[in-house]
Amino acid sequence: MIEIQNLTKTFSDKHSTVHALQDVSTTVYDGDIFGIIGMSGAGKSTLLRCLSMLESPTSGKILLNGVDISSLKGAQQRAIRKQMGVVFQGYNLLMQKTVAENVAFPLKLEKNDAKAVEQRVTELLQLVGLSDRANAYPAQLSGGQKQRVALARALASNPSVLLCDEPTSALDALTTRSVLDLLSDINRKLGVTIIIITHELEVVHSICNRMAVIDESRIIEQGDTKTIFEHPQSPIAKLLLGKENRT
Amino acid sequence: MTTFLAQNGALLLQGTAETLYMTFFSTLFAYVLGLPMGVLLTITQPNSLMPAPRFNTIFGWVVNILRSLPFLILMIFILPFTRLIVGTSIGCNAAIVPLTVSAAPFVARMVQSSLQEVDTGVIEAARSMGADTWQIVCKVMLVESVPSLLRGLSISTITILGYTAITGAVGAGGLGNLAYRFGYLRYQNDMMYATILLLIVLVCIIQAVFEVISRRADKRNR
Repeated sequence: MIEIQNLTKTFSDKHSTVHALQDVSTTVYDGDIFGIIGMSGAGKSTLLRCLSMLESPTSGKILLNGVDISSLKGAQQRAIRKQMGVVFQGYNLLMQKTVAENVAFPLKLEKNDAKAVEQRVTELLQLVGLSDRANAYPAQLSGGQKQRVALARALASNPSVLLCDEPTSALDALTTRSVLDLLSDINRKLGVTIIIITHELEVVHSICNRMAVIDESRIIEQGDTKTIFEHPQSPIAKLLLGKENRT
Repeated sequence: MTTFLAQNGALLLQGTAETLYMTFFSTLFAYVLGLPMGVLLTITQPNSLMPAPRFNTIFGWVVNILRSLPFLILMIFILPFTRLIVGTSIGCNAAIVPLTVSAAPFVARMVQSSLQEVDTGVIEAARSMGADTWQIVCKVMLVESVPSLLRGLSISTITILGYTAITGAVGAGGLGNLAYRFGYLRYQNDMMYATILLLIVLVCIIQAVFEVISRRADKRNR
């Protein structure tokens, strides 16, 4: 279970102060596919960066199974990171390494037996349907295939949580569909909790059981996807869902 | 032509061998020193893996000062140091010391510029997987920048090759020494042209070889 409590993130430099997140609180339960939707600049990427500990919040807490992960450092932080997989919009694959080497990367950070690594990589590539591209380089793959590699890599260390930052925003409709199917497959088969940041309604609608709407750095609505889609309360949710005419 | 080669061929061959010898070892030692320096310059920058802005500034200045010393001056300036290490201040081995000292900061900047090209997203991905700083440097930054590092290596090698000619003027061997002794001191123009030709050929070969290697090494263009 992930509890986000009063999370606030402020970026400031000499010239300006930006409130990226203000008093954000929500809970993601084990096994959820939790969608966080919002327009560009709403703060959703900052939220995901806080969750993946790439950014430390200005105030507030992020509890992963009761442990506050937002203030961890060094070895403790690295240990928690192995329980979380992250998938990025831009894939962020190692371009000089093969598909198999990319997937093996997180496993080789530990002193793992080479045979065991190889076996795990084969398993993971099978899971994402890329067994035949094990020795290809990322530059030889399509966008959808690259995202599958990134997904396999994120799942390598058996994380309990998968964080996805706009995982399908760079993909066409058909490829988006297949990546989403894969995500819900993984959720079902492996029981991994998934948090997806997106600006695409379709993504939330098709695979998320719960969702939050974020706007101007605050969560303004959250709950069951179905309920929100049928009866949006906030004006911004209504606008996003097309239930209210733009004025 | 044949008489010229018969008279000077052995000398030119020896000069070429000495030039390559000095270039190879100076480049090697310059990278032994310069590679870690470049890594340090990169990762201590603000927003990098081990931010240490004050150290970065001071270290950057040291590198700049070393780079701004003209090679000839540096070579004379560190003569006692050279003697301490090699035991003599003349000959090819003695030339390797100032060549290394002079090239190391240059190499450090070359390495830094290669490492800075590495996509920050890939580094963040590695961090999110729990990689520590050492692992990110060795398994991500250095690996991802191999093609660029190789191109830098070719520039460094050719630059060092050029500097070996200067050491020839003060007692080290090599083609520079031949050009100086025969071409400059004895007005033997044919010898001068021969050394120039050989240097051009060497530079072209080094450039071409590295071009092929770095293109082959780059897995992005397939």
